[in-house]
Amino acid sequence: MLTAVVEKLKTKFPNDVISSNEFRGETTVHAKKENIVAVCRFLCDDESSLFDYCTDICGADAYTPENRFEVIYNLYSTRLNHRIRVKVFIDESDLHCPSVISVWAGANWPERETFDMFGIIFDGHDDLRRMYMPEEFEYHPLRKDFPMMGIPDSIPLPRK
Amino acid sequence: MNLEQAMEVRQQKILAALENKDTSVYFKDALDNEMVLNMGPQHPATHGVLRLLIKLDGETVAACVPELGYLHRGYEKLAENCSYHEFIPHTDRLDYLSPLMNNTAYVLAVEKLVGIEAPKRAQYIRTIISEMARVSSHLLGIGALAMDVGALTVFTWTFREREKMYDIFELLTGARFTTSFTRVGGLAHDMTPDVITAVKEFFDQFPEKFNECITMLNTNRIFVERLDGVGVISKEKAIAMGMSGPNLRAVGVDCDIRKTQPYLIYNELDFSIPVFNDGDCLSRYYVRLNEVKESVKIIRQCLEKMPAGSVHANEPKKVLPRKEQVYTRMEELIHDFMLINFGVNPPVGEVYHAVEASKGELGFYIQSRGEGHPWRLKIRSPSFMNLQSTSMLVEGGMISDIVAVLGSLDPVMGEADK
Repeated sequence: MLTAVVEKLKTKFPNDVISSNEFRGETTVHAKKENIVAVCRFLCDDESSLFDYCTDICGADAYTPENRFEVIYNLYSTRLNHRIRVKVFIDESDLHCPSVISVWAGANWPERETFDMFGIIFDGHDDLRRMYMPEEFEYHPLRKDFPMMGIPDSIPLPRK
Repeated sequence: MNLEQAMEVRQQKILAALENKDTSVYFKDALDNEMVLNMGPQHPATHGVLRLLIKLDGETVAACVPELGYLHRGYEKLAENCSYHEFIPHTDRLDYLSPLMNNTAYVLAVEKLVGIEAPKRAQYIRTIISEMARVSSHLLGIGALAMDVGALTVFTWTFREREKMYDIFELLTGARFTTSFTRVGGLAHDMTPDVITAVKEFFDQFPEKFNECITMLNTNRIFVERLDGVGVISKEKAIAMGMSGPNLRAVGVDCDIRKTQPYLIYNELDFSIPVFNDGDCLSRYYVRLNEVKESVKIIRQCLEKMPAGSVHANEPKKVLPRKEQVYTRMEELIHDFMLINFGVNPPVGEVYHAVEASKGELGFYIQSRGEGHPWRLKIRSPSFMNLQSTSMLVEGGMISDIVAVLGSLDPVMGEADK
């Protein structure tokens, strides 16, 4: 569907785009995390893609020894009316990922949420606090090794 | 010593004490000191449990930091641990002012993942209930905004209309708020003729009552002046900050998913998208007001065109069978057992499906590994992204405008906190 955009991205960033696939009419591009800001900047500015609207940023935990985490960018173009999904892999040994706030100011809170839920540290984010959980909470709840019932005593309850 | 002398002595003592005090402390400018004010989480004008930390310079807002998470229930974690059908009741609790819209949005995402489509009649009914949810949500949005800026009467009037609508929802689904009406591949059950009559009767009397409400507001000088030019955001900033829905259309962006990427039967219907250009609280109010009118148009067309037929897709391995058939037929009993115990089992893959909800773009991103439950389900909630711009909208304005801005953004914390 978005073959022109993907091909242009591949020729522009031959070393950074790992793969691309299509499922149910949606295009997904895998990229390397080191250069993700430049990839996003290109997708935002190039006249054939113009992804000026960052719909959502979220994380996912594949629970594999390598490339355990993913950061997923769901993008939309208000001017050309198309969607794309960009993904980067994050290894558990190096939880850092460059922040894309410089491209879309609205990436602020979604990145904070991803940090809260998965513990991925976005370099360049100036206000990387937890979004939902209390600041002193030690865990990252959406990781697969966090039990659904929670960890007893991890959140202090108010005294009676 | 008589009383007069005693008073004299006391007066002298007070005077001496005052003269000995260091009274050299004075303010050059009374507005020159900043104060931090905590607004919420238990504040009626924050529409739920939103907490704002505000730094005030006199009456001017110098900085504002929103704090979320007071209603965080971890629905994304819950979704990973229950089947696709079991998550439908949880979607009621996201945007609890339009549960039917969330039900529809969620099953549309699952249907896209599974690769099935609901029959035409089910799609018409889904459109009707979505638009009714939009009307009810906007009625609350308009009423609460009016109440926040001091026009109390309209709130009771819009609530009277909402109450009639909730009676219809109760007739249709059996519950007023926790509807859980949609199913993967269809609906819980068909819309009965008495519900259709009730909807028709309601929308016959509604435009007149709604006109009363908005005449009351549009001719209210205090209401208009408290919103006009307050909380302005530019077009470029609104897009960059990820605003959506009525808030985005109030800055002049003609972007509505019902038109740009039509789902259900919206491409067969005749309606327009109200767009206003000022980007202030008044524009956001006008967009909602006109959207209600368009929704009434949509519902009337749907009721007219609605075809007869089943409301369940003919996909026995994906759609829950009817209860009476489960009790009487072997095949249906097996399918029911498999669907309840093992789930829908969509193919391996990932989808993102967004609908135009009453608050903005409500999307569900689902990663499937071919199991009966999602591997990862992300809710793209419009209120969360709209609230992100709060500090941008209120900074530099007056403290009393904060409630007007929040009311015009119309956030729902159940959705923003997930």
